[in-house]
Formats: sequence, structure tokens, C-alpha cells
Amino acid sequence: MLSYLNKIADNFGPLGKKGIVSFERLGRSALFLLRVFQSIPFVFLRPWLFIQQLYSVGVLTIIIIFVAGTFVGMVLGLQGYNILVRFNSESSLGTMVGLTLVRELGPVVTALLFAGRAGSALTAELGLMKTTDQFSALEMMAVDPFKRVIAPRFLAGFFSMPLLAAIFSAVGIYGGYYVGVYLLGVDDGAYWAQMQKSVDFHEDFMNGVWKSIVFGFVATWIALFEGYDSVPTSEGIGRATTQSVVNASLAVLALNFILTALMLETS
Amino acid sequence: MTRQTLEIWVGVFVAAGIAALFMLAMKVSNLSTVNTGDTYEVTAQFDNIGGLSIRSPVKASGVLVGRVSDIKYDKDYNVAVVTLSIQKRFDRFPSDSRASIYTAGLLGEQYIELVPGIEETYLEEGSDIIMADSALILENLVGRVISEIISK
Repeated sequence: MLSYLNKIADNFGPLGKKGIVSFERLGRSALFLLRVFQSIPFVFLRPWLFIQQLYSVGVLTIIIIFVAGTFVGMVLGLQGYNILVRFNSESSLGTMVGLTLVRELGPVVTALLFAGRAGSALTAELGLMKTTDQFSALEMMAVDPFKRVIAPRFLAGFFSMPLLAAIFSAVGIYGGYYVGVYLLGVDDGAYWAQMQKSVDFHEDFMNGVWKSIVFGFVATWIALFEGYDSVPTSEGIGRATTQSVVNASLAVLALNFILTALMLETS
Repeated sequence: MTRQTLEIWVGVFVAAGIAALFMLAMKVSNLSTVNTGDTYEVTAQFDNIGGLSIRSPVKASGVLVGRVSDIKYDKDYNVAVVTLSIQKRFDRFPSDSRASIYTAGLLGEQYIELVPGIEETYLEEGSDIIMADSALILENLVGRVISEIISK
């Protein structure tokens, strides 16, 4: 009898351990965020560190955002035109492209690309720093790695996400404009006028900006934590990088639903 | 990469981002068409406002002159009380102007059209529009037509 119970316990043990470990990590990530917040004021003493990170997180991500934005906008223009032309209302193509990009696709696709391009780089960088004991070396020199390494990266990610999302939406709207107006013959004035008529500054534009701010915060947080908390082996870095992209993408998609529901509620 | 080129690129990035935000705000959203000037408020009672909502346009001869700022239900008289915020620069609406709820296109959004009257006094803050036409409800019209056909 006892041996049976032992066997059952042996099977359930790892499951319980997994649960405990994930709670432990959740707690650690919250404490991690707290320490990042504490270290943020020190970034203003060394703005150069922040600018350097803004380059690797923001500037290097522009190209992918630009290309993706153009093509997403062009596809929206093409698909939207094909649907709208059936109802003879292709003049509201601007409305469709504008609203989809500003409200949903701009922040969400940018956040996904950001997690893939900038987030994975941040995780791998921190993971390698940990593996090669660079954090310990910094601490030996009485340099707080949070102030010197993590806080500038966090701020850079937080700051560049809204800008990237705005670039994505703007470029996408011009992509849709190119396909709709130049290739398919939607009226130039109608495209912009219909868009302006239906995209509200507070309810659509600002909601999109808020979303991108939240996504930037979450994606950067996850990327940095996964790197900082990685197992210090080459395999660990690989797993941390994968986890960073997967978790950040899932978090963005889930948060997008919650934020949309909240924003529709208030409007 | 030297420090200077890096700084230039970051500058370009921030400038592009802000330019995109600005473009979205001014060219894509309705910020540039939102009236920021002073307004005065008048009320009108309707039996049925249909699909009218807050921020619906108020037009005169088809030109946007204001927006609906409030909709209430008056339980004593059983009517809808709609508050119209009209821009101050359009202050020459005769006090017997008529307010009608129209629909843009057959299925478009609903708006209030102000048709000027002939009085020599003008609408001002707090005045009440007496002549107000309710929304034309498409279903009611269809129902009436059908009942007429049946009765023939």
C-alpha cells in the first residue's frame, strides 16, 4: 500500500516542483522589476549609457519595423479594397487601414517584432554576461549591474517601443495609401478624409499609444529578466532567449485583449 | 562606430518616431478638425433620437458647426433632451431654428441639422430649440409602407 502511495507521489512530485519553481520565478521577476525601478534615477547621471542602448534597441529595430509596416499596410490596402469594392464603398478604405493600424496592428505587431528583434538580443546579451561572470566582476568593482547595465536597457526599451509603433502605423498608412490610391484608384482625398473622420484622437490614437507603452514595458521587462535569470550555460542562454521571445509574445497578445476590453469599456 | 555617429542615428530615430506620432495625430486622427474654440450650449427635445450619440455632428447647410455634448432622458415629459455645443463664431442662428435628426446616407451615422428660422433674436447659451424633428427610423417607415400595402 505504502509503495503504491510512494509511486503516486513520485509522479506528482515533479509537477509540484514545476509549480513552485514558476511561482518562485514570478516572485523573482517582480523583485527584479523593483530593483530596476530603484536604479532608474541613476541612468540620468550617465545619459550616454542610455543613448548607447537606444541605438541597439531602437535604431537597429527601425529597419524591420519599416519593412514590416510597409507590407502590412499594403496588404491591408489590397484586402480592404477587395472587400469594400463589393459594397461600392472603397472610399472608406482609409478608415479601415487607419483604424486597424492605429488601434491594433501597429502596437501589437510592433511589440511582437520588438520582442523578436530587440528582446532576444537583450536576453542573449545579459545571459552571456551572467555566464561569463561579468555581473560578479562588476559587483567586485563596486559597480551595481542594475544601475550600469540593466536600468539603461530597460529605459531604452520602454522609450523606443511607442516610437517604433508610431513609425509602424505611419509607414503602414502610407503603404495602404500607395496600394489603394496609386494602384487601385481609390480617390486620394477620400482616403485621407474618411480616415480623419473616423479615427478619433483620444479614443483611437491615444489608446494605441497607451498600448504600445504597456507592451514596451512588458516586453523589455521579460527580456531583461529572462537574461538575468538564465541558467549560466550555453544551453541556458539558448533556452532563455527562446523563452524571452515566447513569453513576451504571449504576454503582449493576452495584454492586448485585456487593454482593448478596458478601453472599449470606458469609451 | 564613433560616439558622434551613434548619437546622430539615435537622434534620427527619435526624430522619426516623433514625426510619426505627429503625423498620426494631425493627419490620421481628427485632432486637427476638433473644434477647440469656445462653444455655447443649447438644448432640444426629441421624441426619438434614433442612433444619435454624444459627439455626433451638428451641421447647418451641411457644414459642421458643433457637436452633441450631452443626451439625457426627461422622465417628466418622456422625451430625450439633447444638448448641442455650437461654436461661438456661429452665433447667428435665429431663435426659431429647427433641429432635425438626419442620417448621412442610408445607413450612415446620424447627425443634427440646424435649419435657420426667421426670428430676429438669436440662439444663445441655455436657449431651447422648440422645433425639433425626431429621427426617421427606417424600420418604422418600412413597417408603415408594408401596412399600407396590406390594407390595400
